[in-house]
Amino acid sequence: MCSDPSSLEGLNWLWCYLTTAKHMKFYLSFGTVILLLVSTVPFIVMFGFLGALARRAPFAPLRWFGLAYTSMVRGVPDIAFFLFVPIALDQFVELVRHKVKCPDVLEPIYQGNDFVVCTAAKMPLSASPQWLHQAWGLTLAITAFAIVFGAFAANIIHGALMAVPKNQLETAKAYGLTDSQTFWRIHMPQMWVYALPGLSNLWQILVKASPLLFLLGIEEIVYWARELGGTKPSVFTYPHGDWRMWYFLALLVFYLILTWGSQKAFEWLENRLAKGTSTVQGRAA
Amino acid sequence: MSCFDALAGYGLRSIGTGERLLPKGDITLCEQFALIGSGLVWNVYFAVIAVVLGFFFATALAVAKVNGAAWLRVPSNIFIFTFRGSPLFIQFFFAYELFSHLPRVGIEIPLGFTTITAHTSWLTKAWLGATIVLFLNTGAYTAEIFAGALRAVPKGDIEAADAFGMSGMTKFRRIIWPTMLRLAWPSYSNEAIFLFHATTLVFFSGFPAWQQKGDALYYANYFAEKTFNPFVAYPIVAFYFVMVVLLIVMLFGMVGRKLNRHLAIDQHDVGRVRRNKVFSFLTR
Repeated sequence: MCSDPSSLEGLNWLWCYLTTAKHMKFYLSFGTVILLLVSTVPFIVMFGFLGALARRAPFAPLRWFGLAYTSMVRGVPDIAFFLFVPIALDQFVELVRHKVKCPDVLEPIYQGNDFVVCTAAKMPLSASPQWLHQAWGLTLAITAFAIVFGAFAANIIHGALMAVPKNQLETAKAYGLTDSQTFWRIHMPQMWVYALPGLSNLWQILVKASPLLFLLGIEEIVYWARELGGTKPSVFTYPHGDWRMWYFLALLVFYLILTWGSQKAFEWLENRLAKGTSTVQGRAA
Repeated sequence: MSCFDALAGYGLRSIGTGERLLPKGDITLCEQFALIGSGLVWNVYFAVIAVVLGFFFATALAVAKVNGAAWLRVPSNIFIFTFRGSPLFIQFFFAYELFSHLPRVGIEIPLGFTTITAHTSWLTKAWLGATIVLFLNTGAYTAEIFAGALRAVPKGDIEAADAFGMSGMTKFRRIIWPTMLRLAWPSYSNEAIFLFHATTLVFFSGFPAWQQKGDALYYANYFAEKTFNPFVAYPIVAFYFVMVVLLIVMLFGMVGRKLNRHLAIDQHDVGRVRRNKVFSFLTR
C-alpha cells in the first residue's frame, strides 16, 4: 500500500507516513531514553551513597569534600554540569592517554585556542567504528547525569540516615551490635523509608532532565522530533509543512504518561516499604 | 585590550550595548568575566519577572485547587499536572513552535497617555515568549507548594477567625494567607532557586539568541567552544550563579524571618523546617 505515497490520501497517507523507516527509529528512541534512564540509576545510587558516606566521614577533608559535592547542585544549574562534565572528562581521558602513549611529544596540549593530543591518544581513535564513538558519547552523558543526580541522591540519603530514630541505633548498641553491624542491619534497612519520597522525587526530575541528552549530541526523541517535524518540501516522499509543534506535543504527552505512571508506582512502593516500620504509614498498615 | 576596555565593551553586550562582535582569537580572562556577567542580566530578568508574577498566579491556582468549586478545581489540577509532569525543556520547544504559528498581527494597547502596538511576533522572542513559559511553569510548581501549605493551615486558626466574625476575603488575607506563606516558605525559596537555574535553558531550547544576545550559560558555552577549554568559562558561570543563589537565600531568609517574627523562638521549629528541606528541595 505504501509503495506509491503520492497516490495516497487521508488516513492511508498518515498511516504510511507514520510507519516510515525514520519514524520507526523515532519510536525506538523512546525506548532508548527509558533504557538510558534505567541504566543511570545504579550509578546515581552509588554516587549518592559515596557522597552521603563522605559527609559522615570521620576524616575532616573527606567530610568537606562530601559537603561541597552535595551543596554544588544547589548553587550551580544542572545544565551547566551537563555541558561541562562531558568535555572535561573527554579532555581528561585524552590527556592521560597522551601522557601514557606519546611521552616523547613535548608540545603543550593547550595551543592557543586548540586542544591538541597525538593521534594515538584520541578517544575513541578516529579509525574506530561508528558505534564506538556513539558508545563513548553515551558513557560521557551517563557519567554527567550520575555526577549531578548523585549529588542530589547524596543529599537525600544523608537526610534519611539522619532521620532514622536515634533510639533504634542506641538499642542496637545496647544489644552489643558492633558499629558495622548496626549500620548494615539496623540503620540501612530503615533508612529507605525516609529516603523513598526524596528518591521518587529524584526519579521524576531525572525523567524530566532526560531531554537534555539532546544537548549532549545524542540522537534521542528531541533530535528526531526536530528532524521529522521540520518542513518537508515536495521533493520528499511525504511532503508536509512545519509539524514540529505536533511532534513536541507528542513528546509532552509521552512525558506526562511517564511521570504519572512513575508516581503511581512509587506510591505503591512507599506503602509497601512502610509496613512494619515505626512511622505513621507503617502503623496504619 | 585592558580589563577596563573588556568591561566597557562587553559588560552590557547581552542587551545590545558595546562591541558588536564577540571576542575571538586571544580571549582574555577579563573578557570572559565581563561577557558571562552581562549574560547574567537575562537570567535575573527571567527569574524576577517569572517569580514575582508567578507568585500571584500560584496563590490563585492553589486556592482554586484546595477550596475551589469543581469548575475551578479541575482546570487548575490539569494545569498543575501538565506543567509539573513534563520537562521544561520540551515546554520551551513546544511553546516556541506554537507562538511561531500564530498569525502575525499587531494589537493596539491604549495606555491612556500613549498607545503601544503589541506584535504577536514578540512571543517568538525570548524576552516575552520564554518569560511566559517560565511564569506558567513556576506558577504550577509554586501552586503545588502553596496548596500543600493551605491544607496544613491549623483548623484552630480558621475557627478562631470565624469566631471573630471574619469572613471571606478578610479571613483569607489576615489569617489563612500569612500562615500558608509561613508554612510554604522553605520550599518556596527552593523553588525560586531552581527556577533561577532553569532560566539557563532558554537559549538552548528553541528560542534563538538574536544578534548573539544570550544568557550567562550561552556565553560560557560560546567560550568553551571557541577556546576548547571548559575549565575557565564554566567555573565563571558557577561562580556567578553561586553568588546570586546566596543572595536569593539571604533575601528569602529575611522575608522568612519576618513571616515568623510573631512566634516564640522554640516555635520556629528548626527541626521541622530542616526535615522539610531534605525532602522538598527538589523541584524541577
